[in-house]
Amino acid sequence: MSIWDSEIALLLSGVFSILVVASIIGGILAYRYSGEKSNPTIDNLNARIRAWWLMCIVCVLAVVIGNIGVVILFALISFFALREFITLAPTRRSDHEALFWCFFIFLPLQYVLVGIQWYGMFSIFVPVFVFLFLPTRIAIAGDTYHFLERTAKIQWGMLVTVFCLSHVPALLMLDIKGYEGENVKLLLFLIVVTQLSDVLQYVFGKLFGKRPIVPKLSPNKTIEGFLGGILSSVLIGICLYWVTPFNWWVAGLMSLAITLMGFVGGLCMSAIKRDSGIKDFGAIIEGHGGMLDRIDSLCFAAPIFFHFTRYFYT
Amino acid sequence: MEKPQRISLLAKGMGMLLSFTCRLLTGVRTRWVGCQPTITSRIYYANHSSHLDGLVIWAGLPPLMRHAVHPVAAKDYWDKTPFRRYLVNKVFRAVLIDRKGDGPAKENVLEPLEAILAKSESLILFPEGTRGDGEELSHFKSGIYHLSKKYPNVEVVPVYLENLNRVLPKGSKLVVPIICSAVVGQPLAPLAEEESKAEFLQRAKLALEELMP
Repeated sequence: MSIWDSEIALLLSGVFSILVVASIIGGILAYRYSGEKSNPTIDNLNARIRAWWLMCIVCVLAVVIGNIGVVILFALISFFALREFITLAPTRRSDHEALFWCFFIFLPLQYVLVGIQWYGMFSIFVPVFVFLFLPTRIAIAGDTYHFLERTAKIQWGMLVTVFCLSHVPALLMLDIKGYEGENVKLLLFLIVVTQLSDVLQYVFGKLFGKRPIVPKLSPNKTIEGFLGGILSSVLIGICLYWVTPFNWWVAGLMSLAITLMGFVGGLCMSAIKRDSGIKDFGAIIEGHGGMLDRIDSLCFAAPIFFHFTRYFYT
Repeated sequence: MEKPQRISLLAKGMGMLLSFTCRLLTGVRTRWVGCQPTITSRIYYANHSSHLDGLVIWAGLPPLMRHAVHPVAAKDYWDKTPFRRYLVNKVFRAVLIDRKGDGPAKENVLEPLEAILAKSESLILFPEGTRGDGEELSHFKSGIYHLSKKYPNVEVVPVYLENLNRVLPKGSKLVVPIICSAVVGQPLAPLAEEESKAEFLQRAKLALEELMP
């Protein structure tokens, strides 16, 4: 398999040039606003850019290793995200055994299914088997206190951080005619569009944001940021159509679906954070907060992108 | 001061492996809110709800400090198998305390702990004596009082451990990854001249409770 074709090289050099430009701008801003005028927003911006470098390098390393590398990378991301999610959910002593199953049996199994490309089992394992097992195990533990809430929270954690996220590496199992062995580019397309859309919504929001969409939930998500971010990332998606099996307008529509789902994902995760009275899910990535803060949009976008591509292209 | 005991490569590796695993499971971050990590002689005392408590504090220390900070562990548990003995003596270089000796021979029981403080090194101890359910602090044992009476220059520092009981609760052998934190508070004011044992223990308990979120 020749993953290092010219297209992937071009895509990656594009990503890293953006990072170089961002680092230069961040450096200039930090120099201008150093000393007395130091500004927390700029410090945070630079921390974020540094973390982006690390995240991109880790992704490239995984791609270099091949399909196994990508599957393991996402299994680890799921692990950290689920850890953050469960930390926040008020679980009880009697959920302990069920949680052990989630982390050390169901999570690895889901990714094994991705790795061996057993589509049928992959798509039902969590919603059928895991979701029926969890209430059973918790019921056997014999603690009825808030039974439904506790079960629902753990199920939701498994759904978002394991099931949804596993659709990213699952893109590798799609058989698209004339695109054999190139699926990793589809995966990079999804990640680049979701993450750029996050960044662009943030940038447009900071620059022009006035009217919050859901003021109670997140004052930072504004109509201006939303429109600017969505439009520009759809444009970027269209410009990137050459890495995908899509033609330009399909690439645009796919990008629209990805960014809309990404926005919704961010919104839902913000609702959880607001309800728990916290700002970030964790502190694993400097400047970004937790793993879940970084991948919330990807979790919602991946299954939709996967199934659209699967339905129309295989 | 005598030379620090040499630590074998295997024990070092084992220590690194354990603290790596511990971080993977708990992502533990130590927040020094009341004091800075320095190599002064201190008694760190913490709430106890899990077998991992000592490991978490130990792994959260800067590596340079680790060789001079000794967890206090229960002899009846850690002296049982060769593997436990290896971990406790070579890896954590803990001091073992005889829990059953809460009778008249109390002074003797604290002797190994005093030896550490006499060398101006530090201790990690759990004054509750046994693991609780993670909800409330139970009654403090008096060892911490006797030690600070005999070594008034040693700082007594509260450390609050959060969520550890969710990682490995009492009565379970299964670990679940949950993000934990260790909050290091301000050293207690030194033992006052006429302060009674009960008053001091109460004060120490309150200082720890204040660190609870």
